Amino acid sequence: MAEKGTWLVKKGLAEMLKAGVIMDVTTPEQAKIAEEAGACAVMALERVPADIRAAGGVARMADPTIIQRIMDAVTIPVMAKARIGHFVEAQILEALGVDYIDESEVLTPADDQYHIDKHAFKVPFVCGAKNLGEALRRIGEGAAMIRTKGEPGTGNVVEAVKHMRTVMGEIRRLQNLPTEELMTAAKNMAAPYDLVVEVAKTGKLPVVNFAAGGIATPADAALMMQLGVDGIFVGSGIFKSKDPVARAKAIVAATTYYNDPKILAEISRDLGEAMPGIEISNITPEQRMQERGW
Amino acid sequence: MKIGVLALQGAFREHIQVLNTLGCKAIEIKKSEQLDEINGLIIPGGESTTIGRLMNVYQLFDKIVSKANGGMPVFGTCAGCVILAKDIENSAQPRLGLMDITVTRNAFGRQVDSFEADLNIPELGENPFKGVFIRAPIIKRVESNVEVMAKIAGNIVMVRQDNLMACSFHPELTLDKRIHQYFLNMVIKAMNN
Repeated sequence: MAEKGTWLVKKGLAEMLKAGVIMDVTTPEQAKIAEEAGACAVMALERVPADIRAAGGVARMADPTIIQRIMDAVTIPVMAKARIGHFVEAQILEALGVDYIDESEVLTPADDQYHIDKHAFKVPFVCGAKNLGEALRRIGEGAAMIRTKGEPGTGNVVEAVKHMRTVMGEIRRLQNLPTEELMTAAKNMAAPYDLVVEVAKTGKLPVVNFAAGGIATPADAALMMQLGVDGIFVGSGIFKSKDPVARAKAIVAATTYYNDPKILAEISRDLGEAMPGIEISNITPEQRMQERGW
Repeated sequence: MKIGVLALQGAFREHIQVLNTLGCKAIEIKKSEQLDEINGLIIPGGESTTIGRLMNVYQLFDKIVSKANGGMPVFGTCAGCVILAKDIENSAQPRLGLMDITVTRNAFGRQVDSFEADLNIPELGENPFKGVFIRAPIIKRVESNVEVMAKIAGNIVMVRQDNLMACSFHPELTLDKRIHQYFLNMVIKAMNN
């Protein structure tokens, strides 16, 4: 008999998104532009992270009408964000029929200690992580896809690079540990032991891992791909730039041809101004979105 | 023998792994000149609009069509099935249009309706094949030259037309390698012709 919402179909959709670009959109028109430019999915939002950062206050799940209109406008998968720990926002998004839920630090956390029990849902979840322990805790809770946190809304790729290098370095370290040291490693990184053992054995995360948080150019996307991510989220980077259509197409091509500097040189030309960036040291630690999540 | 897996977007690595475990050499295809090296092509799952757009921009359509018309076996899974179809309901998206079939995209609904189910595929023997359907299309109509290989609840989900084969599910996500082996047999046959 047909079985829905299994781990294989949750994880499987993320596998199908690989080598693709998931773009933040706030209107059906932007969603159409993203789809035509070759996005493999869109993230339906009320505001992009740069505007959330500028507006301040409490950022919550988007109005269902906005999400529904975006779902009606495109044939590609539509994702939407719920606050960390806000399982009712997640229930609402599942009822709307979104294809993936991002339990996201871009929104203001609703719980200061616990994340959502993601196994309880049929819809799959993606979560952010700065390091391997955080990634494995989220997978333990049921996330079927991981992304770097980076620092959203900054147009500055440095934090995404840091998080990817951290995760990859920790995986390489685990691979070199003798079995008897894995339990202490699991304790030290506060990660589920069985997942630590699996990563030590396979040398990779058990789910797809995308880059997110600060990607603004085709070269940024290719950099993250060469560092080993499976695909790219672009938040504010497209619709906060001067020419969103050209930039969206270029970032899609860069994610496929990330290893081909000649093609990268060609597609990086004449894109107009990128979004204005923010130097990370100018954001006080308590305003850094990456610090949200436990 | 060398199989190419179109590697523009989607689950191409999984196909390469399955082919490698069957002892077959497999390479990623991102440019049209790489098509010269291969004896068969797999178009993987992913987003058909994304893959089709990149095939168009990087000029992969013409060469694949001419090689397929020359007898090279091509196998499309999920998005690959959509790209092989002549007709796609309610869509003008770029496609190869090699197979005489009409495809309906996302025919089972959204991701919450994605499912696993056992399929009866007579060509592969009596044991059922576990089909993983992710936002899957169905093949709504076929012309008389197309052989129906599998159905689920009355919907066609796997077809063959001479050297071309397509299915709407993901054999690369399960451990059962019979479909890939079947495709390799098609390639061997085509090479001996």
